[in-house]
Amino acid sequence: VAFPDPAVLSPDATQPECFPDLALDQLVDTLIQGREQYQLAGFFYVPLRAVDEVLYRQEVFRDLDASPLATKMSAFAQRMQTLRDRLGLAARVRHSRQNQAWMLGAAEAYLDAVSRLFSDLKQLRPQSRGLTGMHDYLGSYIQSEEFRKLVADTEAVSGVLSAIRYTLRIQRNSIQVGRHGAEPDYGAEIGTFFARFGQDDVGDYRLSFFELPEINPLEEKILERVALLWPEAFAALEQFSTAHQSFVDPVISSFDRDIQFYLAFLELTDQLRATGLPFCYPEVSVTSKDVRANDTFDITLATREVASRRRVVCNSFALDGSERIVVVTGPNQGGKTTFARTFGQLHHLARLGCPVPGTSARLFLADKVFTHFERGENLTDQRGKLEDDLVRIQQILAGATANSVVIMNEIFTSTTFRDALVLSRAVMEDLFRLDCLAVLVTFQHQLSNYDARTVSMAAGVDPDDPTVRTFRVERRPADDRVHAVVLAELYGLTYGQVLERLDR
Amino acid sequence: MKAHLLDADTTFDPGRDPVAAVAETLADDLGLDAVVHAMAAGDSFLLEVATATLPVGLVDPGRISYRQEVLADCLAHRLVVNELYEVAVAAIEDRKRVWSLLTGNPDSRLRYAIAILQVLLPRLRRLRAIADAEYRRFTAPGWRTLFEMISTELDDDYLRAAEDHLAILRFRSGLLLSAAVDPGLKGGNFRVHPVSPPPRGWRYALRHLWKRPGSLAIVIDPKDHRGYEALTELRHRGINDVANVVAQSADHILNFFANLRFEIAFYLGCCNLYDRLADSGLPVCVPTALASHDDVWHAHGLYDPGLAVRSRGQVVGNDLVSDHTRLLIITGANRGGKSTFLRALGLAQIMMQAGMFVAADEFSARIRPGVSTHYKREEDVTLRAGKLVEELSRMSDLVERLSSGYLLLMNESFSSTNEAEGAEIGYGLVRALLERGVCVAYVTHSFELADRFGQLGQRDVLFLRAGRSDDGQRTFKLFPAAPTQTGYGEDLYRQIFGRDPHLPTARDRAAPDLDPGPPPPNAATRVPTGRAPFGSAGAP
Repeated sequence: VAFPDPAVLSPDATQPECFPDLALDQLVDTLIQGREQYQLAGFFYVPLRAVDEVLYRQEVFRDLDASPLATKMSAFAQRMQTLRDRLGLAARVRHSRQNQAWMLGAAEAYLDAVSRLFSDLKQLRPQSRGLTGMHDYLGSYIQSEEFRKLVADTEAVSGVLSAIRYTLRIQRNSIQVGRHGAEPDYGAEIGTFFARFGQDDVGDYRLSFFELPEINPLEEKILERVALLWPEAFAALEQFSTAHQSFVDPVISSFDRDIQFYLAFLELTDQLRATGLPFCYPEVSVTSKDVRANDTFDITLATREVASRRRVVCNSFALDGSERIVVVTGPNQGGKTTFARTFGQLHHLARLGCPVPGTSARLFLADKVFTHFERGENLTDQRGKLEDDLVRIQQILAGATANSVVIMNEIFTSTTFRDALVLSRAVMEDLFRLDCLAVLVTFQHQLSNYDARTVSMAAGVDPDDPTVRTFRVERRPADDRVHAVVLAELYGLTYGQVLERLDR
Repeated sequence: MKAHLLDADTTFDPGRDPVAAVAETLADDLGLDAVVHAMAAGDSFLLEVATATLPVGLVDPGRISYRQEVLADCLAHRLVVNELYEVAVAAIEDRKRVWSLLTGNPDSRLRYAIAILQVLLPRLRRLRAIADAEYRRFTAPGWRTLFEMISTELDDDYLRAAEDHLAILRFRSGLLLSAAVDPGLKGGNFRVHPVSPPPRGWRYALRHLWKRPGSLAIVIDPKDHRGYEALTELRHRGINDVANVVAQSADHILNFFANLRFEIAFYLGCCNLYDRLADSGLPVCVPTALASHDDVWHAHGLYDPGLAVRSRGQVVGNDLVSDHTRLLIITGANRGGKSTFLRALGLAQIMMQAGMFVAADEFSARIRPGVSTHYKREEDVTLRAGKLVEELSRMSDLVERLSSGYLLLMNESFSSTNEAEGAEIGYGLVRALLERGVCVAYVTHSFELADRFGQLGQRDVLFLRAGRSDDGQRTFKLFPAAPTQTGYGEDLYRQIFGRDPHLPTARDRAAPDLDPGPPPPNAATRVPTGRAPFGSAGAP
């Protein structure tokens, strides 16, 4: 119901090769944390191929995004979890009355989950094909004979059981069980009596008991006496469990899993948005390679930076007409790799139908994202390393098509400058021949103005203090000029800056 | 129950103090340490209270006068206040003496709480007695409300009923519980019900219960250990909530005593400082806190109470009278009293807004949202951040907090770079602060900086200079005067080296000599200030 092609979402889908380089493996770890039982990783591995599929998911995301629907869906998941927990208990406990009671409890959780989901969808009126489809399905499901009988039976038995209140008169080694009359609540009386001393926060001295699901022999004896005092209630319970052995609808159960994919991603975007980082729904195309994104950022890095309360720098890029290759230059640790990763992440996220970092974006629906990032291993064997580089690059170029995205980060660092220049130019020629989109991070300025199909972007330093890196990567010729220090401005302490800061 | 001596409708929470970091720099820069130590008079708790309360300023004139009145009663009825304090201290000490084998289970928790309440009840009775006896002698609304509350909330009936409850809670005639069935059919949502003492012993009650319709008995075999364990757990589940309520009530009563102790401790600290200053023959005054938006100063004989405490009363008072001074530029001789004046100004503001007295003959100023300091730091900072960077970064943090009405005390800020650059930074920054309503008092050696503000010719800028007498002795007094191009480092040089650093230059001779000369000890000489907003006065 929720997806156009559920077949692609198999839990044994394998992680794409570009994931470690793009730090998407870490992103997926973060996203699925706490949701292990849903086995969501596959959703993030398998890309969509058609623009309509992407739009289908984007619609669902838009419905849930910044809307009370997301909270409602989490609540639904909670209720489904309660359902599973109770079914588990029913299967586990040995005492037959307890087993019956947990089946009843499971039915209560299920009815609650289904009816609340339906009324939430009805009230909040989603627009997406996925969620309106689910709403329609639920509409007919809850009208079904089977469901209506489950509701009636559950309510009847729950009602009589919850009306039970019995007394226990404990003296030394004896307990008398009886029906509760009108004895006043002494705990409440004590609470009221001492209330005048305050309600402010003090410790909670309640002992939390270790709750075993199994009933102990004393509790069993008490239960049998309670059952004698309320025979009709316990007979009704027994009948219920015989009549309703399994009641969970498979469509609802798979919706429960699918929706977690959306919730997981939105939970992260909400967290990042709260710190001022923007997300948007990219326009995707399988024909136009005019790609652009404004104020975008590395989502994995941002997740980490936000956790440690550091500022995240946003960047923009745009390729028009015949432009295909972005050549990124600039100082070390200046944000070049982050930019390259961002470009790759954006294209992968777009083909999952997810919102992407940025205020606006237009992206190409790539068939595959290829990455070649410098690996730290075995620095002593320079020749072997160059050879390895070339082999991997050759494989990428052989596998890539006009519809691929290729990201290369600091290639050929293990050879001479001149060598590297020659090899890099050869690779660029190949990429141009393929006509695919590519990002090339390099320390060779000469590559940045290769021809009209090349876009030069440079990682910046603060114009007023060249020792400070801005982590901003901007479209401009490669340069390394040094500017004078104006420290006060750096700290926001000039006349104009202070005026502005005090006006906030 | 809350003491409400520090404030009529809120409770001071030392753990939630949002300005702790600010308090630290204030303590260093303003010498708040000396003040709070004088308030503590060796008592570590008084020190803790003074340190926590002083930097948290009140911004409402009503709240300030509320404390001023409570303080006046404290000074007038020291013995009563001391006795109340002793009761609160004793109650807290009592708790430590209650011995119990606390295992964390509801049974022992309940017994422990009952034992604590048993010792706290007499302390509450004592409070009642003091409140009944002294109510009429106190005039401050803070005190009267507290005494009234104690008298009405802790009346005889209530205290007697409390004793009764403590007896019932021992469950001598058995425990009556009720329960509902939980989702797994075990007992849940337990309630305790009162059992009235049986008329003819418990056997009668037992027989009586046996006869109740529908009741069924379980008797546990004395050899059945598991059964006994299960019974004990059942009891614990049953009384869990009640034990919690009683334990929390004991906490609440202890919290009340702790709160009473904390709030009285603030005033005892004030009394201690009052005594220290009075012993040195120094005056204090009840300040007038103005809810005004003008930068009003009416100070006479303003001195630094921290220095007064450290130097056993050797202080010089200064006057500052102006209705519109947003920028105070203080220049002049090294060790001429500039920093002392800055501290006196800051401490007066802080003490006024803490509801205390102020170290002056007379003090009146507007209420400010806060006081901040930016002082040149002597200690080395890390190698990566140079001194100027460190100063700038600190200032940048400050700007985040500042808002209109703040008082910012700057002491030789931006002197870690050359004079031209320091002046450039300082001038732009301060001008922006002034335009946005921040009041700045700036001690500086930079003629360049001072002169640029002089050129501005604004009426809300006031220049003060630390003076020296003809013989080169510093007077520690400040007087209004335009900045000059020289400091007085030579004086120090002369004093320490016993010789002239160089022959006097023409510029030295031209230095204006407006100093009124050293004041005779213990004689207040007030120089007629004429139209100048600022005068100087000797220490009283």
